[in-house]
Amino acid sequence: MAMIRNRSRHRLVAYSLILPFVAIFALVFAYPVIEVVRMSFTDAPLIGGGEWVGFDNYARLLSDKLFYTSLVNNGYFVLLTVIPTTVIALIIALAVNRLSGRMQALALVMFFMPYVLPVSVVTQIWAWMLDFQFGILQPAIEFFTGKPVPVFKNPFWVMPAVAVVTIWWTNGFNVLLFLAGLRNIPEELYEAAKLDGATRKQLFFKVTWPLLWPVTALVLTLQLILQLKIFDQVYLLSEGGPFNSSYVLLLMVYREAFQLNNGGYAAAISLVLFLIIVVISVLQFQILRIGGKDK
Amino acid sequence: MTRQRRFENLALTGTTLVAGLIWIFPLYWAFVTSIRSENRVVSEGAGLFPDEFNLSSYVDALFNTSLIDWYINSIGTSVIITAVVLLTGMMCAYALSQMQFPGRRLLYGIVLASFMVPAQALVVPQFVLMNDLDLINRWGGIILPQLVVPVVIIVYKQFFDAVPKEMKEAVVLDGGGDYTLLFKVYLPLNWGITTALGIITFIMSWNAFLWPFLVITTEDMMTIPVGITQVNDAFGVAYARIMSVALLAAAPVVLAYLIFQKRVTEAVMISSGVKG
Repeated sequence: MAMIRNRSRHRLVAYSLILPFVAIFALVFAYPVIEVVRMSFTDAPLIGGGEWVGFDNYARLLSDKLFYTSLVNNGYFVLLTVIPTTVIALIIALAVNRLSGRMQALALVMFFMPYVLPVSVVTQIWAWMLDFQFGILQPAIEFFTGKPVPVFKNPFWVMPAVAVVTIWWTNGFNVLLFLAGLRNIPEELYEAAKLDGATRKQLFFKVTWPLLWPVTALVLTLQLILQLKIFDQVYLLSEGGPFNSSYVLLLMVYREAFQLNNGGYAAAISLVLFLIIVVISVLQFQILRIGGKDK
Repeated sequence: MTRQRRFENLALTGTTLVAGLIWIFPLYWAFVTSIRSENRVVSEGAGLFPDEFNLSSYVDALFNTSLIDWYINSIGTSVIITAVVLLTGMMCAYALSQMQFPGRRLLYGIVLASFMVPAQALVVPQFVLMNDLDLINRWGGIILPQLVVPVVIIVYKQFFDAVPKEMKEAVVLDGGGDYTLLFKVYLPLNWGITTALGIITFIMSWNAFLWPFLVITTEDMMTIPVGITQVNDAFGVAYARIMSVALLAAAPVVLAYLIFQKRVTEAVMISSGVKG
């Protein structure tokens, strides 16, 4: 009898411990997940009601030119950021890793600092640096193109410019992950390889690269997911323009829901973005894992 | 060490530090701009180095914008978010790590799976919910959706799993329950990771943009990252002032990072699953 009472007391204590999190999670996470699915099958405005319309929103999505523009721009942005930031972060991490003590801490602070800044601070600083008239980087742009360019108002330049700003802002995070990966590689492996007369190039390609692969895969996956969710920088720097040349999916969600009052349609777009992210992250994880096994 | 090796190391250190200086040049340039007068900022001869020490745009920023309101909103909401996330996270993680109850595996599975759901995909129903709860333009509206941070639970669980069982026994023999164990044994043993998680949660909520931007529409209720975007709209292009406001907005997180560098580094490495 005492045992049973004890056990049910134990359970009660356990439930009381998980209750605060579970309650918040159910209210602001689980319920919205169900709601976003339900709303996507209605013609609801942002606030209030809406009739069940079946797959209408999805049908409309398939014939919406802006949806394809956004998809392509999302893909283009991923291309412009994911692999470049991974390569840059790896190079920086390799360099920082070879520094010692205080010098290493100092270098790390300089490369990581932008990551802790609010996004709007980042975009304002870069908008100033790239200002058409007075921007300090305009002479450099003029050197390559022959004339100053209003980068965020130019359909060709806008995405690469947003990509540069994004890489500058978020790269420090990847540097840290690579640095952790490099520190996890046992020093003895390098010693042994050196005794066998391995060159520096061999040390990198036979020891560092294969052992670092899990971290590289992690960085690639995290970056891919993160960059698919781009909204802040594009909204703040170009608002999707010019001529929708930087229009992306989340911007479409924002505009449909909060400016055009099409809650149901916005929910359908959100759900598509959600599914893309889940499918790609599962796929990429599998591919990268196989890639790692071949090494 | 041979002379050649020593020279190589010196060259590498030098190159890396110079690259680092170039990397943080935008911040330096924002600072130089912020201490110039608006006229100087756009004048032809303004060079790369500070040549004026004019704090008028800082004074402007503090007294002619709602910056103080935005500070209060950001500090208030970020502190509450951090405290609630840590407390609910450690309680839930303790139960998952140290206790047996029906639904334990299911709960852990849900926590892991919620990782995959991009919060941005939920903004539409979350906004409707906040409207139903009458929390638009209120702290509660900013705070509530930011309280779900599953990674805090996962990290705490790993650390609680690693606590040796013997640590428990003395407390249990004294008749202490699980709450006593959590707050008198498990938490004190994990202060390090608690501060680390606390600092990144604070930085993340301080920097949150999309959600506060959606849920707040009146200027006096905005958080700093949202509020500072109003400065351009209200005053046209005045770069000295914009840079002063931007630097004041960034100051708390930059200071927090500089003071707790090691903790931030540790937290980033641990919460992404690669320990240094």
